[in-house]
Formats: sequence, structure tokens, C-alpha cells
Amino acid sequence: MSGVLTFTEAGIYCPAGDFWIDPWRPVPRALITHGHADHARAGMGRYMATEAAAPVIRHRLGGSIALQTTTYGAQTRIGDATVSFHPAGHVPGSAQIRVETGGEVWVVSGDYKTVDDGLSEPFEPVACHSFITECTFGLPVFNWTPQEVLADQINSWWRDNAAAGRFSLLGAYSLGKAQRLLRLVDPEIAPILTHGAIENTNAVLRSQGIALPHTELVTPEIDLTSRTGALVLAPPSALGSAWARRFKPQSSGFASGWMALRGVRRRRAADRGFIVSDHADWTGLNDAIRATGADRVFVTHGYTGPFRRWLADQGYDAHVVSTEYDGESLDGGEDE
Amino acid sequence: MKGFARLFTTLDQTTRTTVKVAAMAEFFQTAQDADKLWCVALFSGRRPRRVITTTRLREWAAERAGVPLWLFEESYPVVGDLAETIALVLPPPTTETGKPLSHWIGELQRLSKLDEDARKAGILAAWDSLDRTERFLFTKLLTGGFRIGVSQKLMTRALAQATGQDDAALTHKLMGSWTPETTSWSSLIEAHDPRADLSRPYPFYLAYQLEDRDALGPPSDWFIDRKWDGIRAQLVLRGGEHHLWSRGEELMTDRLPELGRLVDFLPPGTVIDGELLAWRDGPLPFNALQKRIGRKSVPKKLLAEVPVVLMAYDLLEQDGRDIREKPLTDRRAQLETLVADLPPEVPLRLSPEVTGDSWNALARIRAASRDHNAEGLMLKRRSSPYLAGRKKGDWWKWKVDPLTVDAVMIYAQAGHGRRANLFTDFTFAVRDGDGFTPFTKAYSGLTDAEFREITRWVRKNTLQRFGPVRQVPPELVFEIAFEGIQESPRHKSGIALRFPRMARWRHDKPLAEINTLSDLHEMLAQYG
Ligand SMILES: [Zn+2]
Ligand SMILES: [Zn+2]
Repeated sequence: MSGVLTFTEAGIYCPAGDFWIDPWRPVPRALITHGHADHARAGMGRYMATEAAAPVIRHRLGGSIALQTTTYGAQTRIGDATVSFHPAGHVPGSAQIRVETGGEVWVVSGDYKTVDDGLSEPFEPVACHSFITECTFGLPVFNWTPQEVLADQINSWWRDNAAAGRFSLLGAYSLGKAQRLLRLVDPEIAPILTHGAIENTNAVLRSQGIALPHTELVTPEIDLTSRTGALVLAPPSALGSAWARRFKPQSSGFASGWMALRGVRRRRAADRGFIVSDHADWTGLNDAIRATGADRVFVTHGYTGPFRRWLADQGYDAHVVSTEYDGESLDGGEDE
Repeated sequence: MKGFARLFTTLDQTTRTTVKVAAMAEFFQTAQDADKLWCVALFSGRRPRRVITTTRLREWAAERAGVPLWLFEESYPVVGDLAETIALVLPPPTTETGKPLSHWIGELQRLSKLDEDARKAGILAAWDSLDRTERFLFTKLLTGGFRIGVSQKLMTRALAQATGQDDAALTHKLMGSWTPETTSWSSLIEAHDPRADLSRPYPFYLAYQLEDRDALGPPSDWFIDRKWDGIRAQLVLRGGEHHLWSRGEELMTDRLPELGRLVDFLPPGTVIDGELLAWRDGPLPFNALQKRIGRKSVPKKLLAEVPVVLMAYDLLEQDGRDIREKPLTDRRAQLETLVADLPPEVPLRLSPEVTGDSWNALARIRAASRDHNAEGLMLKRRSSPYLAGRKKGDWWKWKVDPLTVDAVMIYAQAGHGRRANLFTDFTFAVRDGDGFTPFTKAYSGLTDAEFREITRWVRKNTLQRFGPVRQVPPELVFEIAFEGIQESPRHKSGIALRFPRMARWRHDKPLAEINTLSDLHEMLAQYG
């Protein structure tokens, strides 16, 4: 198979430009789609990412990394390859990476979603011959709640809790999901408190000009009696921890695409599950793939087996590529 | 259906008992009688019969969703529930009718009488006019598999709140063989029906596993007998009829015709709590009883081969009087008198008292339980009344420690539903010469953190995939606990286990030291 990109032990590799995309082993040169831990790893010689993704990547991997930035749509020549980054709609600064050599175009989707979350740069389809797509939720049972219905659900849950004097403890990934929810909720209801992991990311995003409602970091000294009814945003791993138990009385909620499944909702033992994901749902995946016009599709993390077969049924030259990306884990893996 | 769907959602989304009870009580105060009656029926396990084969439902749902059947089938194990899978893949409804629960159950029954084309049209129309939760519930009812995470006890409490009646009285009213077709809200819940009283059993008193032996006080305070390894049952003799109830409130009268003879030997107005046991000069292993219970009608040959007796534990009603309030000592004395002069061919035995002058002596007796085909001992405070449901304090089960073997994992499969993203279903093998022979599957007993760790390991160490099953190298060693072992020609190992689960992950145990197939066969010889 003639390859603009090939699949190696270390990750997705471009021989013409001698670079890797989102590699999971240390390599000399890495192009990074976004700052989630399974895509942006430490130990690379040089990094390249969008300007908007750079602050979070520096925050997570350290200020001393060699990081070259670019803007959406700008073309950069690397060796014999031309690369450009395009909005993926996943989290602020997230990109699909387009690689062209000798007139042949491949696109690596990274993680993406096609709906506008009101926070990230909205997804843009990029025409290509070969498309390497995630399929975390690549089964027809995954269909997300529309954003305005979701906003209603969360706000009325919070409002009811606040009226009953309860804290609303909401679990969400600290990069992306948390800020998306912050822009979705009605800050008039009650104060908004945050866990350190989320407040750190908030600070990074605010400093790059992303507007977020006022939030307050939970410190050991904080007086909770004057903040009953508050919404408390925390990473999923903090739910049920000693840290979370101080908010009494409370109702707990968990925001994830997995909440579409009743069984998973029940396992989390949160009072409420909100169906919200920064990955594309079934319709989103299919629309995105169709929009690229690609003939050949490689599927990575998720329900790769069935999704590949479905694409092959639709006439695509479809393949599975095994990677070390986590997708949307229930335990915060994407984030930690 | 909206009101019922709202109730379901509230119940499903909270772990708080008070919220659940309040939501049900509100439903019982506001819904129409037919809906309330169906709600009580559904929450007490009285499901309408299955209308349609699930094969057809899968086909129609896939067709409607515009996906091939194989893709639907791939999605099903991830969701873990057929009705939910259907509710999730179908496109959003195009109309909403706002009809109540009882309407949809009526529709279900109407559809069951139609030919397949008409049935399909009816079901597709229903799906198209119900939202996701309603659709899930409707499909659950279609497939006959409706279950909900609310105990009957909780439902009864809500009913008591809504009707102002006593909990225990309601519990009693709800027992028995009624269905919404044979009764009404007013006659079941509001009125007193003497005819229904003939068959009605008492709620079973259930014991917890013993927590703290030191808190029991002297053994002389306790009546102790064996925990027989059969099926707990209640025999109700009233008005010349007999009814036999399982603990799951299933009527088993017809499956055990030999117990009908008791009508001739015991006075009417007698209710006995006991254990059904396959019996030939003593109790036979549980799998003998299983042969009998598994079938609706019993051929003569089987009846002769595997006779069943009721091992009596307790007397709940005597001469038509409810004596559950009396102390166990009194009830037991009356039970003994009742059973004393029965001829030996009558299928009723008295569960013998086990005595020992110290807890240590009793512990030794308990340790030998398997030799008697028993699961351990039952400790019952002599002064205790016969309570309803699972209560702590007066009754304890003191089960014998499970049997265990150390085995190695060789296959792993992802869990269903709540554990769809983890590998939780494992196949285990024991050493057999130079190789390994699989002998059991197990899928519970570990913490979520352990399952996550194993999941990561499985992903990295997969040797081969067979559909959803992954073969892994024989490296991870686990202690498998189980309650019994029996011969099974269907399995390569020649044995089958009862209630196998993972007791521990033995990080400390080298592969060379796991059990062998001949160890298992020794256990079979000893306990099978
Ligand atoms: Zn991501
Ligand atoms: Zn990812």
C-alpha cells in the first residue's frame, strides 16, 4: 500500500517528512493533534501543534519542550511533505493533521466531534484520499443528546439541587469537557466551584483568551456553608473520593458519552448521568468520513472491528490500525 | 406511558431509597387504577408473557434503523440489553400519543393475537410514537424480560405510604398467583378477598450471613439446625387444598405432586416453612433436585427415581391461626407434635436440631456440613418471632467455607452492560500433564480497579481473538471459590462447579503451583 503515512511501533509515521503524529514512544519529531495525555506524550525531541493547543501542551509537558506552533490552515513544508492543521472540534486547539506528498493527501483525525460545542473551533471536513479516523463510539447505539437539551438537563438538575440546599457534584474531564460544561451552565443559579485539576486548565485557557464564567477553586480553607447549592466541577476520578465527600448534602452527576448506556450509568453509582462526549457519535463519524471524500479509511481507537466492516459494506477500502490511544475512558484515562 | 417512564427514570437515576419510595408513592396516588395495578404487577415480577421472538425484533429494529443485522448484533453485547439496544438504534419518534401504560400493555396483548405482518406494523408504529425511555420499557414488556432495580419490599413501603395501609398486610395481599387480568386494583389492594386467602403464603424470613460469632452469646440461646442444600419452600394447607410456594413466590404445586399426600395427614390451616430436597434414605445432591424442578410436568419414571421431601424448618400457621409472633421454641414444639406420628412414607421430615456445648464444637459440626449435603448451619434465636424478609439479629446463616482451587486465566471476554468497557469474563484452567485444561468461567469477585488492571494486561497480551473472546498466555493466577462440584460429561474437564467466582488474584502464586485436573477429580469424588 503506497503510504504517505505508515504505521510503526512508535506511532503513525511519515517517511517523506521523517516525523510522527501523536506517537506513543519517544521519537525525534512529533506532530500533536491535541493536549490529551494519550495523544501528547512526554519524551519527544521536537513537538509541533496549533497555537491554541500549545499552552495546554506546555502546561502538561513542561515549558522547556521544543514546541513549534502553527495556525489552522497554514501549510508547513517538512522534508518532502506538506503539512497543515485543521479544526477537529474536540477541545480548544485540537486539530486534524493533513499530510500531502506528491499530490497524495492523507488526514489524521486525532479525536474529533462534528457538533459545535460552543468552546472548541468547530470541526471542518478536509478532503483527502486516505482518512485515519478515531471511532471511540463507532456503533449505531451511540447518538448524542442535542446540546440545548443537554444544557436544559444539567441546569434543571443543578437548579433543583440548589433549591433543596444540595451541592451538585459534576464529574468531567479537566481539559475540554469541563470548560464546555462551564459555558453551558447558567452561572446565575449558584456559585461554581472547581477541583484543582480543572482550575489549572481553566487558568491556562483563560490566559489564551477563552472566556469562562467565574469559578472558585476548592481549597482546604473554603467556607462551604456560604456556598451551598454550588456546582462543583471535578475530574471523574475525584467523584466518590474523600475530597468529594466534604460536599454535604450532594447530588452527583457524571458527564460522558458512556452515559448513553444504562448499565454504565448504574455502575458509576452517580445520581445522574449526562450524555455528553467530545468524540463524534455514530452519525457524526459517518458524516465526517463521507465529507472527506476519501476512498480509503483507517480506523483507530474504539469499536474498530465492526466499524471497519460497516465502512467496507459502504464501499470504502477500510482497515483497522492498532494504536495506543485510550478514547474516552470512564476513569479519566484521557486526561490523567 | 409518560408517567410510568418518568417513574422509571427517577428510580433508575437515584440510589437513594427515600427518593425511590417517594416517587412510587406519588405514582400510586396519581396514576389511574389500571396503571397502578400493572405497576404493582411489574414491580413484583408479574410480567406479561413474551409476545414475539427476539429474532424478529432484532431484524425489525435493524431494518428500521437502517443498519445491517450483524451490526445490530455487534452492538447488543456492548449495551448488554436487547430492549435498550433497540431503543438506542431506532431513529427519534415522529409522533407522540401520550397513551398510558395500561394502553400499551393492552396493545401488546392485542398484537399477540395477530399474524406476523400485522404484528410488525403494530410494533413499528408503537416504536415510532414513543420516546427513548418509553420505547425501552415497551420493548422490555414485548420481550417478557421486564425487571427493575426496586425490591418488592420498597414497592410495598411506597404502597403503604400511598394507601395508608399496613406494610405487612399489603405484603400478604401481594403474594399469591394473581395477575392484573385476574384481579383489579380495588379487589387486590383495597378490598378483602377471602377466596384468595386459601393459597396465600407468608413472606419468607431470610437470614443474613453470620457477621460476628462473638456477639451471639451462649449457644444455648440458639436453636441450630442444618442449612439444607435444596430449595426453600412454603407449604400451605387450607380448605382441603395444598399450595407449594418457592422463595421467589413461584407456585410449584404441580411440579411436586407427591406433596399432595400431605393433605391427608395434616390438618387444614397448616403452613410449613421448609426445604425441598431430593431424598433417598437421606438427602441427594442438589443436581438431583434440579432434574425435578427444571420441568413443568413430571414423568412417572423420574418421580420414582428422584422422590422429593419437604424438610420442615418452622410452623407459621396452625389450625388456621397465624402463629408467627410466637417464639421459635413454641412454634418448633408445635411443629414436632404435628410431624411426630407421620408414617415414614409421608414426604415430610423434621429438620433435626444440631447441638453442641460451645461455638467451637459447633464450628466442627459446621465444617462437616458437606458430608450431609448441607451448606452449613442455621442459627435461630429461640425467642425469635418469624419475621418477614431479610432481617438482621435473630436468624443467621453460618455457611461452610467455599471450596477453592488455584487456576490460571486462559481466555478473557469483555463484560456486558455496566462493564462493557472492561474484560471481566474469564475462563480458567488447571494443570493437566504438560498442558492446561479449562474447567470453569467466572466473572465476579474482583474490584473494579483489579478488572481495570487485568483489562490493560489483556489488551497488551492478546494471543488470538475468537470473536469477542481473547486468548491470553497462561500467566495470571486466581483463587477460584465455589459452593459445589458435580460430574459433567458436557465439559472437557468432566466437572462443573456451582457458583464459581474469583476469590482472590494470587499475585504471589507461581504458575507451577496451581491445582491439577486430578485435584479436581479428587474433590469430585469427595464432595460430588
Ligand atoms: Zn482527546
Ligand atoms: Zn484519543
